[in-house]
Amino acid sequence: MSEEPNNKKKSISRRDMLAGLASLPVLGVIGYGLLEHEATKQRLREKGLNNLQFPVPAADMKKVDGQTLRIGVVGCGGRGGYLMKALGFVHPDRIDDWEKKAKKEIFWADYLKEFRNREDLNIQITAVCDVFDKNAERALKTGANVYRNGEGGAMGAQPKRYLTYQELVAADDVDAVIVATPDHLHVPIAIEAAKKGKHVYCEKPLSWTVDETFEVRKVVKDSGIVFQLGHQGRQTESYQVAKSIISQNVIGKVSLIEVCTNRNDPNGAWVYDIDPEANEKTIDWKQFIGLAPWHEFSLERFFRWRCWWDYSTGLSGDLFTHEFDAMNQIMGLGIPASAMASGGIYFYKDGRTVPDVLNMAFEYPKKDLTLLYSATLSSEKNRGKTIMGHDAWLELDENLTVYLDPRSTQYREKIENGILEPSKPIYSYVPGQGSVDAITTPTEKYFAGRGLLYTYRNGKAVDTTHLHLLEWLNCIRLENGTQPSCNIDQAFEEAITAHMGTISYLEGRRTHWDETNEKIT
Amino acid sequence: MNYSKKQLFSLVALRMVIGWHFFYEGMVKVLNPAWTSKAYLLDSGGWFKQIFIEIANHDAVLGTTDFFNAWGLTFIGLALILGAMSRAASIAGMVLLMLYYLSHPAFPGMEYLFPSDGSYFIVNKTLIEFFALFLLFTFPTDHKVGVCRLIRFNKTEIKP
Repeated sequence: MSEEPNNKKKSISRRDMLAGLASLPVLGVIGYGLLEHEATKQRLREKGLNNLQFPVPAADMKKVDGQTLRIGVVGCGGRGGYLMKALGFVHPDRIDDWEKKAKKEIFWADYLKEFRNREDLNIQITAVCDVFDKNAERALKTGANVYRNGEGGAMGAQPKRYLTYQELVAADDVDAVIVATPDHLHVPIAIEAAKKGKHVYCEKPLSWTVDETFEVRKVVKDSGIVFQLGHQGRQTESYQVAKSIISQNVIGKVSLIEVCTNRNDPNGAWVYDIDPEANEKTIDWKQFIGLAPWHEFSLERFFRWRCWWDYSTGLSGDLFTHEFDAMNQIMGLGIPASAMASGGIYFYKDGRTVPDVLNMAFEYPKKDLTLLYSATLSSEKNRGKTIMGHDAWLELDENLTVYLDPRSTQYREKIENGILEPSKPIYSYVPGQGSVDAITTPTEKYFAGRGLLYTYRNGKAVDTTHLHLLEWLNCIRLENGTQPSCNIDQAFEEAITAHMGTISYLEGRRTHWDETNEKIT
Repeated sequence: MNYSKKQLFSLVALRMVIGWHFFYEGMVKVLNPAWTSKAYLLDSGGWFKQIFIEIANHDAVLGTTDFFNAWGLTFIGLALILGAMSRAASIAGMVLLMLYYLSHPAFPGMEYLFPSDGSYFIVNKTLIEFFALFLLFTFPTDHKVGVCRLIRFNKTEIKP
């Protein structure tokens, strides 16, 4: 196959033509393969998805214009600090810390940039209250940091510290109150604030006892204030999509829902660090105790209050409520007809009174379904949330994946015709992507199947707590009686359901909800 | 460069199958607007892990990477199949393959979410394909079997 050694312009022989275009048949075969690939995808999209309608995610909530709202924060510890950050306020030393990290890692540079560019909610933190001096003092500097600066940077007006919540809610320059205290103080503060006509954002769970749950609902409703319970899951896009998928009967009749908590570290088991600056002089112990049974001063109880029924609502109130509220949002469950719980203190034998393993079954005979909750604080095996329908099951966290049930009635024909593959993920929803996609490539199937396709928020960083607070502020500014998504009725359902589980655990019996008389029996 | 018929056949066959692999992978990505390398990049390991994760976490950078990856694969594949500029395509393909290898190196102790289809120690299929492309770069066949042959025949060749 040697070349002709001459300088003349060559003509193309048949042989050259064949050698030159030898690859065309190859391209033809690949082209056929690609057409087949596209046709399969199209089939999945058209016939698999059945033209579902999906809601536009509420992540782009707009701020309602209005006057500057003056906020008082009661409880300025971990959660209170987090809520202030979600509102756009952090202690200057945290900005310094982020700036230091930002020099080394792009992640922190972006984090800082995102925080600084976050929308100004047109609020002022005018009042803070905490029984621990250090928390209160940090909150003063946090509230003053209106320009989101580091130490030495320009600061705004400093909030006023109140030594009691009663004084804070009575202050003239407080329009709305954030309650981020231990559980046993939620209701007394919320009631006091509502009575003074102050709007309330209350951390979950709503209440510590059954009786106060009724009381707070009445006071909040009578007062007409805007009330939001702090279940920021209400803003989670995948929950909104799940609601839509279920309402369109994609997964068929649901008779079992399984939700779980799986933690396996001291922090997750509420064994928090004890601040070395904390002592009887820096903590107002009597105010911390409030309506709880008296106990002598204890740093352990102060910082790890979640471990004692005296201040806590245990796994049921603290962690199950997240799961319940998600399912209540998606399926409109309401209060169950009955609850049955069991568990124990099996791992953390550190003197705590609340269980570290808890299993609860809630029955909804009118809806023909059971809500099952299982929690452990000593294993991280991720069990997630699963809504089990006859035709498909839906797994839920930040993402959403729908798996086809091989024995589905609705999809039997499609399974038989090979249009849909049983037991495989058929739809997945990724936050921020704005669309629900039929899964096609093997890589996508694998990652989606492991729930690991996207462990991030695509596009803009979306802080659901920020959105949840924004929704509350928007309702306040609308001044037309609009209540946020996790209003007092939703909060009431959340608290009663959690209490039914707790009572069942403590009394070793099945509890029932008497709907007519609104009573747990 | 002159080859025996067997040599030419084996080299062209290698060029075709690698081209096929690149072209199909590229087109599947190009045809799927929702495709992104994000999950793959986030799953990176090895010395350069952080760089790949940073790419995955920056939408603009990721978008550009995805675009060049999908179209890069497609054009490299097309060039190899057609036999047009396949030496340049071999180099470009080697660059892409090295990036894939560096994001998921087959070093002992490295584990990835996406399971491997075999047992590998340092050498994996990506690395083998990398060296196969190096071979194609060293032994070009465009001028024998490929569009290049037709183009060259249209030009007046100068005797060396």
